[in-house]
Amino acid sequence: MKSLRRFEAPWALISGFAFFLAWQVAVEALQVPAYLLPTPTAIVLDMAKHWRLLSQHALITLWEIGLGFFVSIGIAMPLAVMFTYSRIFEKLFYPLIVGTQTIPKVAVAPLFLVWFGFGLTPKVIIVTLMTFFPIVINAVVGLKSLNLQAVYLAQSMGAGPWQVFWHFRLPNALPSIFAGLKVACVLAVIGAIVAEFVGADSGLGYLIVVAATDQNVTRQFAAIAYLSVIGILFFWAVGYLERLLLPWHASVRRDQEG
Amino acid sequence: MFITIEKVSKTYETRNGPIRALDTVDLAIRENEFVSIVGPSGCGKSTLMMLLSGLVPRSTGSITISGKRVEAPYTDIGIVFQQDVLLEWRSILQNVMIQAELRKLDRKKLEARARHLIELVGLKGFEGMYPHELSGGMRQRASICRALLHSPPLLLMDEPFGALDALTRDQLNIDLLRFWQESPTTVLFITHSVSEAVFLSDRVVIMSPRPGRIEEIVDIDLPRPRRIAMRETPRFLDYSRRIGRVFESIGILRED
Repeated sequence: MKSLRRFEAPWALISGFAFFLAWQVAVEALQVPAYLLPTPTAIVLDMAKHWRLLSQHALITLWEIGLGFFVSIGIAMPLAVMFTYSRIFEKLFYPLIVGTQTIPKVAVAPLFLVWFGFGLTPKVIIVTLMTFFPIVINAVVGLKSLNLQAVYLAQSMGAGPWQVFWHFRLPNALPSIFAGLKVACVLAVIGAIVAEFVGADSGLGYLIVVAATDQNVTRQFAAIAYLSVIGILFFWAVGYLERLLLPWHASVRRDQEG
Repeated sequence: MFITIEKVSKTYETRNGPIRALDTVDLAIRENEFVSIVGPSGCGKSTLMMLLSGLVPRSTGSITISGKRVEAPYTDIGIVFQQDVLLEWRSILQNVMIQAELRKLDRKKLEARARHLIELVGLKGFEGMYPHELSGGMRQRASICRALLHSPPLLLMDEPFGALDALTRDQLNIDLLRFWQESPTTVLFITHSVSEAVFLSDRVVIMSPRPGRIEEIVDIDLPRPRRIAMRETPRFLDYSRRIGRVFESIGILRED
């Protein structure tokens, strides 16, 4: 079924191309002014002309996203392991974590501005806050889903807790962990932009805010285009890692009907 | 005696109070004996196996295996469950080899044995495949290879063929006996199939439903190697009927 896979990219390209073509034609036919909705070609031209500026800010946003994402994993995974192994720890802190998630991150973003200034720190914190919940939840589900017989089997082979974790529980949890990471990568982009909206002197979010005050809609779209590319590349990278690590999992393989 | 089970019972604490799963069981098993336990679902036959392996602690009584009292998980065994419990992320060979990895045994030497076992169960050519690429019967064969890799003196099998179709089941019965005859080991085989138990075993232990108790032990005096055709012989059918009558007498099998 490898041939099927090869045909997937062109389909997405075709539909994407059709979308932009319709956009271009509609804007030109209806003579929509550029300060409301620019044509795709105008956006691309702006991107080409100001690629240096856009890339510069994009790198900053990318750095915030990446750093926040890794900090998030660094906090979420040990937490998930502790939730899996300790009932008391879970009872103590799980409700708290769920509770903090009901607070919209946008609402607390201005606080971080006060505490940590305009720099990188508040952005990384917000990205971390946005992403760590889905990572924890999915990792806990994955780590807990090892069936009892597998544990018995491991113990009958003389495996200690560490071996059970490393050889059984963790690999068994990976599909679930990756599901969480994929959700997290989308949220990471949102988190970085929200943080930049609230207060920043660089980054694509900052660029959008500045373009908005200048009523430069084309520039806003150019920044959005950059953002979506970052989001897609990020998502794709996690997906690629997943396919690399989990060739055996049903979500990855394409060789069967059911 | 290789295995001595004395006055062993098991009570589970549940939300609705204690449940007695196993009620004072005494059983002795000789070395290299093939013993089957038959009984209806929920009669505690799996519990008995888990207690024997030390993976689940017993409530009372004592269990010794080759002179050693079982207090913690007893690791000098091979286990096969009804589900194959293969690790989806490992190839068939790697799944069999995990036994050597966790026990920190000589991998080189055991890989040769793993390949040999895989060939014996008819999985040659599938060593590099992942479990999801194999049928249920093939997966269970691989899990049997895993259980046999380190040549355990005791093989515990908990309804290993219960989820397979009848033909595959027959074939695996034959294969298992061939294995056992080539390299004898003590086998405790849990099943709910009377004919499977009679076909495989030296002795069949009949258990009554909860709280599980040994109702009767039947010696199966049929020649070995056993053949599928033997299942039609009067002696075989006699044994099956005898076991059936025990189930009738304890109210498990009822007509009208």
